[in-house]
Amino acid sequence: MRKVYLDYSATTPVDERVFEKMRPYFTEVFGNANSLHGFGREGAKAVDSARRKIAELLKVKPTEIYFTSGGTEGDNWALKGTASAYSHKGKHIIVSAIEHAAIIHSARQLEKNGFRVTYLAPNDKGIINPETLENAITDDTSIVSVMTANNEIGTVQPIKELCEIAHKHGSLFHTDAVQAVGSIPVDISGWNVDLLTFSAHKFYGPKGIGVLYIKSGVKPDKIVTGGHQERSMRGGTTNVPEVVGLATALEIALSEMSENSVKIRKLRDRFVESIESKIPYVVYNGDRKRRLPQNANFAFEFIEGESLLLRLDMAGIACSSGSACSSGSLDPSHVLLATGLPIEKAHGSIRFSFGKYTTDEDVDYTIESVVKAVNDLRALSPLFSEFKGDKKYV
Amino acid sequence: MYNEKVMHEFTNPQNVGELEGANGVGTVGNATCGDIMKIFMKIDESDVIRDVSFQTFGCAAAIATSSVATSMIKGKTIDEALKVTNAQVVETLGGLPAQKLHCSVLAEEAIKAAIHDYLENYKNKKGA
Repeated sequence: MRKVYLDYSATTPVDERVFEKMRPYFTEVFGNANSLHGFGREGAKAVDSARRKIAELLKVKPTEIYFTSGGTEGDNWALKGTASAYSHKGKHIIVSAIEHAAIIHSARQLEKNGFRVTYLAPNDKGIINPETLENAITDDTSIVSVMTANNEIGTVQPIKELCEIAHKHGSLFHTDAVQAVGSIPVDISGWNVDLLTFSAHKFYGPKGIGVLYIKSGVKPDKIVTGGHQERSMRGGTTNVPEVVGLATALEIALSEMSENSVKIRKLRDRFVESIESKIPYVVYNGDRKRRLPQNANFAFEFIEGESLLLRLDMAGIACSSGSACSSGSLDPSHVLLATGLPIEKAHGSIRFSFGKYTTDEDVDYTIESVVKAVNDLRALSPLFSEFKGDKKYV
Repeated sequence: MYNEKVMHEFTNPQNVGELEGANGVGTVGNATCGDIMKIFMKIDESDVIRDVSFQTFGCAAAIATSSVATSMIKGKTIDEALKVTNAQVVETLGGLPAQKLHCSVLAEEAIKAAIHDYLENYKNKKGA
């Protein structure tokens, strides 16, 4: 059976070139980067050079790069660490309503601990209008956090404008750029953000490693306390092979970004066009222009997302369901609901995310399989026959 | 997440579609919750379910339970069908994930609703 992976926004395979660079750091250069001896110094050297490389690629200072275990830790640290360190400014924080669970759940935890949280509603395309922030921000807002690009519907936010508003009110600004780094240009200094989170496994690097960028002078409280790693800001033995992997993956991703994004966007656009022309009663979720090149998200009316996902899985196609039904909760996606999509359509939503290894044949096969699966499931659906007005049994 | 039996029933559901000449139809659930199950029955004069079919909007578990539940009651009397419980449906499927157990409850309710419809709107009217 043909196998097609269209879930690159969930994770990506490690690029062979990245893996080769990492390999010696598992078995040969295994020393603890914090040890004083030669074994340790070799590891430390690799970490230093990776940090410098990352800083150079992102046009920031090496001392502003902090290694974490990934996006979730970065988000937790950025939000909770600044909320507590800057609570003298006020106990109000602002996040968008369509953030990743790592931010949403951190915000809820802060609420429990006495912070006020405003969840900014997006427009129907999933965009956070800067005016919405302007209306919500107060003098006691310590931090604003809005993601660079949304993981479900791919909407790209006006980060520079949002950040300006935050700064005008003396608030810090964090952006979760997990979906954006390696996919679209991320301009840390141009946007002037104070904190930025990203994770290696979204751009063909290893899982379990990420970066929190913290601008010089910004001092969030520590979340992971321990040894003196990461300038005493984040304890834990440095994961040398993964740090090397992240730096290598970032270098490759950024140098090949324009080429890859053109290719991926073309595949995605053809897919979207075909699905919309071949299947009636489909809603294309998100914004058509301000969108990550790899993302497509549809609500297929009259059917439920998990069924469609599993039918496609049986055809060898991996995608992701906007209905959280498959993930243990019965509530559909908070992102789609925040854009005002009716709950029954949110239940029938599916995300396809494309990557640098996706081929034209993959796209053809997926179009064909989606058409078949949607038709099969609609044939089963009482909503569809009612819609068509077939009421033979009456 | 699902066992092979559930996946098999989901992939090859039995008794699918509307039933021409059905004299008992039951619909339960709603789109907001993500599940709607509709069961059609053709019941003869001696209250035997001669034919049964379903239409379901929902997840794989909802479709699999619809398939199994309709197969379980085909050829049974309505009294026998009313005794089918959600636990039996789950057992026939070899188990369901905890968060999907409500699908089996839906199947039991849809059977009851279809039989109720038959008794209320067909049998009694015919007798009157």
